Amino acid sequence: MKIFSKITLTSILMFILGHTTYAACGITSGSINILANDFPALRTYTDTAKACAGSGADFKVNHTSEHNNLAMAALSANPAEYSARIGANSSIVPLMNEGLIRPMDDLVAKYGKDLQKSQLITIDGKVMAVAFMANTQHLYYREDILNELGIPVPKTYEEVLAAAGKMRSSGKLLNPYAAAYKAGWNLAEEFVNMYLGYGGEFFKSGSAEPNINNRKGVKTLRMLKKLAGYSNPDFLTHDSEAIKVEWEAGKVGIMTLWASRSGTLLDDEGDPAITAATKLAAPATVGGGSIPAATLWWDGFMLAKNRSDKDAKASFQALVHAATSKTMANDASDQAVWLVEGFKPGPKSLGVLAAAKMGANPYPMLPHMSLMHGALGSEIVDFLKGKESAQQALADTEAAYRGKAKEKGFL
Amino acid sequence: MKHKTFFWFMLPTCVAMVLFIAIPIVSIFIQSLFIEHQKPSIEIEICDPFGCKKEIGVDVEAYAALNKEKPLGRFNGFKTYIDRNHLAFEELNEGWRNSKTVSEFSSIFFNLPFYKALIFTLTYTLFVTPSVICLGFIIALCINALSQKIKGPIIFVTILPMIVTPLMGSLVLFWMIDAEGIIGSTIQDLFNDPYLSLKASTKLTWITLITYGIWHHSPFAFIVFYSALQTVPQDPIEAAIIDGADRWQRIRHVVIPHLYPVAVFIALISMMDNIRVFEPILGFSAEASAQSFSWLIYNDLRNIEVMNFGSAASTSILTIIMVGILLTPVLVKTWREFGESR
Repeated sequence: MKIFSKITLTSILMFILGHTTYAACGITSGSINILANDFPALRTYTDTAKACAGSGADFKVNHTSEHNNLAMAALSANPAEYSARIGANSSIVPLMNEGLIRPMDDLVAKYGKDLQKSQLITIDGKVMAVAFMANTQHLYYREDILNELGIPVPKTYEEVLAAAGKMRSSGKLLNPYAAAYKAGWNLAEEFVNMYLGYGGEFFKSGSAEPNINNRKGVKTLRMLKKLAGYSNPDFLTHDSEAIKVEWEAGKVGIMTLWASRSGTLLDDEGDPAITAATKLAAPATVGGGSIPAATLWWDGFMLAKNRSDKDAKASFQALVHAATSKTMANDASDQAVWLVEGFKPGPKSLGVLAAAKMGANPYPMLPHMSLMHGALGSEIVDFLKGKESAQQALADTEAAYRGKAKEKGFL
Repeated sequence: MKHKTFFWFMLPTCVAMVLFIAIPIVSIFIQSLFIEHQKPSIEIEICDPFGCKKEIGVDVEAYAALNKEKPLGRFNGFKTYIDRNHLAFEELNEGWRNSKTVSEFSSIFFNLPFYKALIFTLTYTLFVTPSVICLGFIIALCINALSQKIKGPIIFVTILPMIVTPLMGSLVLFWMIDAEGIIGSTIQDLFNDPYLSLKASTKLTWITLITYGIWHHSPFAFIVFYSALQTVPQDPIEAAIIDGADRWQRIRHVVIPHLYPVAVFIALISMMDNIRVFEPILGFSAEASAQSFSWLIYNDLRNIEVMNFGSAASTSILTIIMVGILLTPVLVKTWREFGESR
């Protein structure tokens, strides 16, 4: 309940403040309509923006986990369905390629003085998005179980395997490991993380030719399969939400999950003994590498091109207010690693900070990466189910990717 | 009916059919023949909170100019239809030449996404359609024999599976068959195997989906059969009773021949529905084990933000052709019988 009451408190506060800071936000007209993913930090963020918009502008927001699939069609319309889109590394490039988002240098110069330079996502010098939080996937572990079995906190996926093996053989947990392996986007993301951890490159340099059918790709798949062996047998149907539930039910001892979910794991809901024993650790490395098997993500907002300048201005003002709000960053410091100036990282920021420190790769911002991600999500499933060899799965992925990339004009 | 009256009578239907069926089909067919322009690539510098990096990107202006000139993209003919993600002629040909045994070839065959979807869609249709007809018929007979008082409530309960939104119905079952769910854990206890999972094995997932399909579609067959049962003439039945026919013989020789055209109708509709099986695959998160044509189309439209319209359009056209092929025998038979009755 703590989080919930915090959010309500923040929004009530913001509501009250909103009226007093109404002049500071200075939004007098325009309509704001935002498309965003759905997790607690983003809700806090849009609530803050909403408070700023006050009664000056029409404010609507659509939080949905299907945001990726709506965005392209919604922004292609003229006028666009949404005036702003909250997205991440992966979403900016496809939208930009279709010319659906607008540069916002002029708005930044006018209204964005409080933004930090690192918040600006620039492409060839033009500001195309403003980031406000960072995210990654890292390890979570149950301190009580690790201590009881005398297992040190794992730093590599090899150690994770060993720890999971011990937990299973001790009889304490049947399926000690969990990660979001749901066929499709989630599973592909796990592959991307692990493959980068092994030092892999997805494409031949300087081209869109796929390059995953190699020793690193095979190692990646084998590692994923070994980890899956310690997971709930239904792992191919489990997304982040499902494994969170498993964790809270006390069925899991070690897992890989998004940093942005830590807030919901560590809140007052659920068994207090499990919450107290839930600890965060840096993302694991793999295969003796020093770079973690994880990708760094930023979440930020972009403005639709096919929307009036007035709406763009109103949206920018409201969203930038939230992206520079120290009050929000401090009140909701356990929800995310805010990129806002003055944010003091707490214990729950550990995963992201460690990932950045260890030199984790940002998720590749390539125009054809999403096609690779899509192909991985459906083609490596057969390997994990034990129906084909790793080489075959990788060859299938490359072939499926090639077909898609040819059609989109990348090859 | 006069020709003129007939024309005006049919006009609204025909206009609606052209607008909402014919034009979209023609449009996706044209779409399926084109692919996007070659994207001119340039090197761009991307800066984000984690640093700056030079990456290859798309020359947006040059690409927009290409698109303005030819909005449909490049003409590709039927090449999208025969590429690896669809009919995969080249891969099949190569597989045929290189494989020594039939099983080797069949593993290549079933590894291709289109044929994987084909085999599931066909299996699903061939199991669900007859089961739905039989079950619907049996339920209709049973309910028809009930006393008038309890008929109403029982009919209502029977058609519930059809009223429940497919996605909802499948989600509810999905949670019940989870390893932690009521059905899932009971099955684990029954077989004393903690690793048994309905969702992990392909066979069990297929059985689950087919069972769900039968559960969801039977009420439709039931309701049509039930209303048709009300039209069964009583005279031949009475005559049969006098001749000493038992209940089964009356059904076999009087009721079934009377309901035959209705059964053909149900078979047609149900087959068309089943070939388009989609919601249960999403509801059961079964994409790992079962893919249908509709799922392939859906999947083409969701690579994060990028949509493969051409590929989705080709699969749609192939689905229409598949529906046509499967329905032909039934349609031809109906046509012939229609001719004979004249």
